[in-house]
Amino acid sequence: MPYIPHTPKQQQEMLDTIGVSSIDDLFTDIAPELRPKSFDLPQGQSEMQVRNHLEKLAAKNNTDLTTFLGAGFYDHYIPSAIKAILSRSEFYTAYTPYQPEASQGTLQAIFEYQTAMCRLMDMDYANASLYDGGTAIYEAIMMAVRATKRKKIIVSEDLSPIYRCMLDCYTTNLHLELVTVSHNQGQTDIQGLMDQIDEHTAAVVVQNPNFFGCINDFTPLFAKAKENGALSIISVYALLQSVLKTPGQMGADIAVAEGQSLGLPLSFGGPYLGIMTCRGKLIRQMPGRIVGKTVDKDGREGFVLTLQAREQHIRRQKATSNICSNQSLCALQSLVYVSLLGPKGLKRTAGSCIELAHYAAQKLTSIDGVTLLNDAPFGNEFTLRLPVSAYDIIDKLIPHGYVPGFPLGRYYQGMENCLLIACTEKRTKQDIGILAELMRGALS
Amino acid sequence: MKTIFAKSVPGRKGVWPGETEGQITDFVPEDLLREQPPGLPEQSELDVVRHFTLLSRRNFGVDSNFYPLGSCTMKYNPKFMEDIASLPGFTELHPLVPQLRGAGHYTQGALEVIYETERLLCAITGMDAFTLQPLAGAHGELTGVMLIAAYHNHKGNKKTKIIVPDSAHGTNPASAAIAGYDVVSIESKDGIIDPEALKAALDDEVAGVMMTCPNTLGLFERHLPEIVELVHSVDGLLYYDGANLNAILGKMRVGDVGFDVVHLNLHKTFGTPHGGGGPGSGPVGVNKKLEPFLPISRVVKLEDGQFFLDYDYPHSIGYIAPFYGNFGVILKAYAYILRLGREGLIRVSENAVLAANYLRKKLEDYLHIPYNRTCMHEFVASAVKQAKNGVRALDIAKALLDKGHHAPTIYFPLIVKECLMIEPTETESKETLDQFVDDLIEILNIAEKNPELIQQAPVTTPVRRLDEVRAAKKMELKD
Repeated sequence: MPYIPHTPKQQQEMLDTIGVSSIDDLFTDIAPELRPKSFDLPQGQSEMQVRNHLEKLAAKNNTDLTTFLGAGFYDHYIPSAIKAILSRSEFYTAYTPYQPEASQGTLQAIFEYQTAMCRLMDMDYANASLYDGGTAIYEAIMMAVRATKRKKIIVSEDLSPIYRCMLDCYTTNLHLELVTVSHNQGQTDIQGLMDQIDEHTAAVVVQNPNFFGCINDFTPLFAKAKENGALSIISVYALLQSVLKTPGQMGADIAVAEGQSLGLPLSFGGPYLGIMTCRGKLIRQMPGRIVGKTVDKDGREGFVLTLQAREQHIRRQKATSNICSNQSLCALQSLVYVSLLGPKGLKRTAGSCIELAHYAAQKLTSIDGVTLLNDAPFGNEFTLRLPVSAYDIIDKLIPHGYVPGFPLGRYYQGMENCLLIACTEKRTKQDIGILAELMRGALS
Repeated sequence: MKTIFAKSVPGRKGVWPGETEGQITDFVPEDLLREQPPGLPEQSELDVVRHFTLLSRRNFGVDSNFYPLGSCTMKYNPKFMEDIASLPGFTELHPLVPQLRGAGHYTQGALEVIYETERLLCAITGMDAFTLQPLAGAHGELTGVMLIAAYHNHKGNKKTKIIVPDSAHGTNPASAAIAGYDVVSIESKDGIIDPEALKAALDDEVAGVMMTCPNTLGLFERHLPEIVELVHSVDGLLYYDGANLNAILGKMRVGDVGFDVVHLNLHKTFGTPHGGGGPGSGPVGVNKKLEPFLPISRVVKLEDGQFFLDYDYPHSIGYIAPFYGNFGVILKAYAYILRLGREGLIRVSENAVLAANYLRKKLEDYLHIPYNRTCMHEFVASAVKQAKNGVRALDIAKALLDKGHHAPTIYFPLIVKECLMIEPTETESKETLDQFVDDLIEILNIAEKNPELIQQAPVTTPVRRLDEVRAAKKMELKD
């Protein structure tokens, strides 16, 4: 009986105490007609057998590819100390800290995480994390709708199309007006966004760097939103936030991010981390868990879950959201990451990504017919326009073990020749040299 | 304990990523850069490791403490699943690789894990299809309600209400409201749904009923067949909150008894540790009626045994998550199901129910048990007797911490006064259960003679009772 400790003798003692003769007697509430038609599952296997099977499946995935895939999810180096700390079972086998005296470790870690995220984003408050970057944008929009009691949401088309698909799905039944403002050759149409802001606008939603890699300063846009009583929501690339102008500096009301780049593995799509921060006045609209500092009866400092009156277990259908758990362990992981690297290490990592991306852009645009999509400033990621379909280039390079980037035609009509290329500090100039040679060969 | 920000020493370096050749200002105009570096900790690697190791020691986890947290299923999580989830063949896989044309064969192993897990969950629940996309249990609830909405919209039904019994999880009404429905609550009778109350609340505007079974009192809903018939008679759909699946593995399949939608909490039932509150995973299963509306993408197996991502479902509600769900959690659930197999899963429920009834019986002379009959994997006790003496459920909970046990869930469900909701799970030994009973009885005895001693608890923890009112009023939410 894997993981079940009772001996048959003990089981019998327990049944005797209860006063029944068999385990079946404990299930008499489930009437015979409710019993399963089948329970057709394989026989249990030993730990070794299951491990062998899973190792074989893991080996079927090709992780030897040198990839320049990003599109919001990045292959950064993860320092070993992170795994060592995350392997402390007092962290990973604990639950939501309902008993604060027995959970000061988790609570203080979340408090520190909130602090780190506020400082990274230059914002007043952070929650204890949400599921991922996409659901964080959705929750931000719902905050704006509650705070402004308005229904119009302006979204820039260069907000990740993955997240825009999610927003479409989540808002289907909510009678919101989603207005999408087209990008201009990969650049955010700030004037176009401004023109849409009116007295019905709940929020304007942008991304920095945008999906095509371009960096912006949204200060004027956010000022216009404020003048009209609308909120500004910005989704950022968490790691690059160590060097880029902050949401706080730009005057954003809510800043969100996918936190995967802060020490979390790609893991085929999850678990990831939704970072959410906001301005002071919005704190009671913020969904999810929040930890606050307080004192105990002896005057010692300690931490508790706070502002719970907004939450589903108290307010039921009137709660600010239905979110019950957060991504606590992932939040801890990102906190350990930023603590290990510190402000200088983060800046250096971001700098390394940016430098390699610019090197790659220079190398690749030296190939005949290959140009940058636009001349806007970019960070770790940029868009190339190719003389052929981006899919064709990917087809030709993958057999050589290189994924040159993400084909924008997958989400943007008319951009079939555009390739989105990301660099992390794990790529080298040599990798980029080979990529350039392979691409040159493929295009000749 | 000082925060890591308070410990920061300006100029100290931790992990150093190596040198770059240029400056950021060589590449990005200065007016797009932040003026000041973020005020993050400046610590050495050892400083950081020690800080978090010390923090971990201020926590109760299942590996060190009994954790009978009702409704949360805090059982032991086998260590080998952690190893499986950290295989580089999975952790280093970029989720966009299979979305590149022709690159699907580079992720066959991961797609197979998804496909096979869905198949196994169908066999366990009797549903026809599953999506693994939802990222947590409550996220699964929202997905389930959105599927219900899609079904009714597609049929042209005008439905505005969802019924949620008062014994259901607190997330249920929140999920229904967030999906755009009006929530109607119905009162339980004898701890379970009263078919008469349901009948009175049912009309043509009811889109569905959300049920937790066994419910939050740990009781099986004995009127289930009648409820299914009633709900379907108005073309309503029946939603099963699978957070309590630990109680019924191999004993009932929700698909067989007529539920239309179900979400499961993989982390609760199938062996992923709770991580201090996440990440979880909340797959949603449906019957044929609802299958066309499942989120995309879906993993399909071709005749040649290859797997691919299929987006061609015109009635799909769309994207609930950016990719394929919390894959790391899904992996652990898959490994857990394979490890236990058919018989092992049946034993899980049998022993979870055995342990809960054992504790209920051992405690019935000491605590009031409001619904004292055979329970499922958890039961609700009440400290009403002790409260007369000034010792409340909260005090008992704190006194248990001093004994080295995590406290049960308290003051939930809301429908029982001074409630303590106890779920021992199948992985705890009889010795642990007996020790818990002995310690709890000792606390209750002291509560009778010296209530102020229990009101003082806890005294052994790093901090004592914390001022929650001050936390909400003063709002110190960061350093």
